[in-house]
Amino acid sequence: ATPTHLLLCSSKVFIQRHYSSGTICKFQTKFPSELESRIDEQQFEETIQTLNNLYAEAEKLGGKSYLEGCLASLTAYTIFLCMETHYEKVLKKIARYIKDQNEKIYAPRGLLLTDPIERGLRVVEITIFEDRSIGSGR
Amino acid sequence: MHLGVSESMRECEYSQISTRSSTPMETPYKKRTPKKRKWEIFPGRNKFYCDGRIMMAKQTGVFYLTLILILVTCGLFFSFDCPFLAQQLTPVIPVIGGVLFLFVLGTLLRTSFSDPGVLPRASPDEAADLERQIDVANGGTGYRPPPRTKEVVINGQTVKLKYCFTCKIFRPPRASHCSLCDNCVERFDHHCPWVGNCVGRRNYRFFYMFILSLSFLTIFIFAFVITHIILSSHQNGFLSALKNSPASVLEVVVCFFSVWSIVGLSGFHTYLISSNQTTNEDIKGSWSSKRGKDNYNPYSYGNIFTNCCAALCGPLPPSLIDRRGFVEADVPQLAPPTNGITIYGSTQSQQSHTSTADMKTLRVVVLASLLLILQLSSQMARGHVSTASPASTIKSSTIKSSTVSPSTIKSSTIKSSTVSHSTASTVKSSTLSASTLSTMTAASTVKSSTVKAVSATAS
Repeated sequence: ATPTHLLLCSSKVFIQRHYSSGTICKFQTKFPSELESRIDEQQFEETIQTLNNLYAEAEKLGGKSYLEGCLASLTAYTIFLCMETHYEKVLKKIARYIKDQNEKIYAPRGLLLTDPIERGLRVVEITIFEDRSIGSGR
Repeated sequence: MHLGVSESMRECEYSQISTRSSTPMETPYKKRTPKKRKWEIFPGRNKFYCDGRIMMAKQTGVFYLTLILILVTCGLFFSFDCPFLAQQLTPVIPVIGGVLFLFVLGTLLRTSFSDPGVLPRASPDEAADLERQIDVANGGTGYRPPPRTKEVVINGQTVKLKYCFTCKIFRPPRASHCSLCDNCVERFDHHCPWVGNCVGRRNYRFFYMFILSLSFLTIFIFAFVITHIILSSHQNGFLSALKNSPASVLEVVVCFFSVWSIVGLSGFHTYLISSNQTTNEDIKGSWSSKRGKDNYNPYSYGNIFTNCCAALCGPLPPSLIDRRGFVEADVPQLAPPTNGITIYGSTQSQQSHTSTADMKTLRVVVLASLLLILQLSSQMARGHVSTASPASTIKSSTIKSSTVSPSTIKSSTIKSSTVSHSTASTVKSSTLSASTLSTMTAASTVKSSTVKAVSATAS
C-alpha cells in the first residue's frame, strides 16, 4: 500500500493596530498583498471597518457607560458578579460577528479570521490555507 | 465513509477517536496530563492566588505592611475611641467610620488583586512577522538596527511607539513595560509597592478611590481621636486621659505621619486625572509646555469634567491575559519556514481561550471532513492526481513530524491535487474555524488551531 499524504499548509497575515485616533482599539484597513488573490479589497475593508466600529461602541463614553460606572462603584463593583459589563457584551457580539464572517465569507475562500481578543487585541490574525498533497512512491 | 459518521462521532470522546487509528502508530500526546491554566505558564514575574483569580506583583511585603497598618489603626479606633465617642457625642461616628473603613479595604483589595491591564506577549508567529517587517524597513542589512520605534500622529501630536524586546510588540501609546513585574501594562501609571501591584488602565480608578477614601479615613480618625483626648482631659486631666487610652496616642502618631503623604498623593492624582495624564507622563514631562510651545496632551478631552468621568466612570475593559483559561497541549514546532509558508508536521503550541462545546463539535466535523478527503484522495491515488502547479519542494528535514513514521514520507515534492478543490465545497465553512488537526493516521486526536500532515494508505 502506498501512502498518500494530504497536507494543509497555512501562512498568516497580521493586521496591526492603528493608533492615530489614540488608545482606542482600531485596526488598520490597509489591504495586505497576500490576500489579493483570495478576497475582494472591499469585502476585507468592510469586515475590518465593522470590527473597528464594534470596538468603538465598546469603549464609547456616554450617558450609558457613566451610569453603569457610577452604579458599579456604588455597589463596590459587586454588581459585576452577576452582571456583564458593557464591554464584555460587545466582545460577545464581536465574537459572533467574526464567526459569522468566517462561515459566510472567509472559510469558503480558504481563509480564517482569529478573534483579536485571543491575541490580546494586538492584531487581527488571518490564516491562509492552501491545500497541497504529497504523493509518494507512485 | 460518508458524512453521516459525523453524527455518531459527535458522541465520541477524545480517547475513542484515537483508538480508531488503523496504523500501529502511538498517539504522541500524553493523554493523562491534567490541563494547565494559563496563569501557571504566565511569562511575567507575577504571583497568582486562588487558581488565577488573584494577581499580584512578586514583592508583596509592603502590601502586608499597608494592610496591617490600616487594620491595626482602625481596630484600635473602634475598640478604644468609639465607645467613648458614641456615648459622649453620637453613635453615628462609628457608623461613618465603619463605612469608610470597609470602602478603604474594598478598594485596596480590588487594586492589589486585579490585573492592571497587562498586555500579553506576542505569539511566535506575530513576533516573526514583526521582525520580518522591521528587517524589510531597515533594508535587510545584517547589523543590529537602532532601537525600534514607530511614529504615529495622535490628535496632532507626534507620539513615538517603542518596540518592547521582552514582549516582542510595539507598545500602544501610554503603555509601558514594568521592570518589576516584567510585563507591558496599558496606560501604565506606576508600580506601587504599597498595594503590591502595578497601577494601570484597569485598576487606576480603584487606586484613586483607595487613596481618596484613605485620606478621608485618616483625617476622620485623627480628628476624632484628638476630640476623644480633649473631651477626656476635660474630665480627668490631660495626662490621665493619655494614660487611660494609650491606643489613642499610637493612632495619632500613625495618622499624623500618614496624612501628609496620603492627602498629598490624593491631591496629585486628582490633578493627573483632571488633566488626563499618567504619573509616568508627568514625571517625564511628556506633555509639559516646557518641551515646546506646541506641546499639549493629545489624550485630554479638553475639560476637567470629561477627563474625570472618563477616568473614573468610563467602561472597564476586560483582562487581556485570560488567566483562568486552559492551555492547549504543547508539542514541539517545526523548523522555521524558508519561504513564508509554514508546513506543520506537529502541533505548535497555541493558546486559545477556554474552549466551549462549539470547539468539540468543530473538531469532530473537521475530522469527518478530513476523513472524507482521505477517502477521496485514496480513490484518486492511482493516476487521477493531476499536478496543477509545481509546488515548492519540501525537504524531509523540515518535517519533524514524530507521528508519521519516516518510511511513509519518501518523495520530497508536493504535488497539488485536484482533490482539494472538489472537497472544498463539501467541507463546511465552520470546519476551518479555529480547529487544529493533530497528525492523522487514519483518525487521530484533534487539537485546536494547528494543522497536521495526514497520511492514508491507498488501497
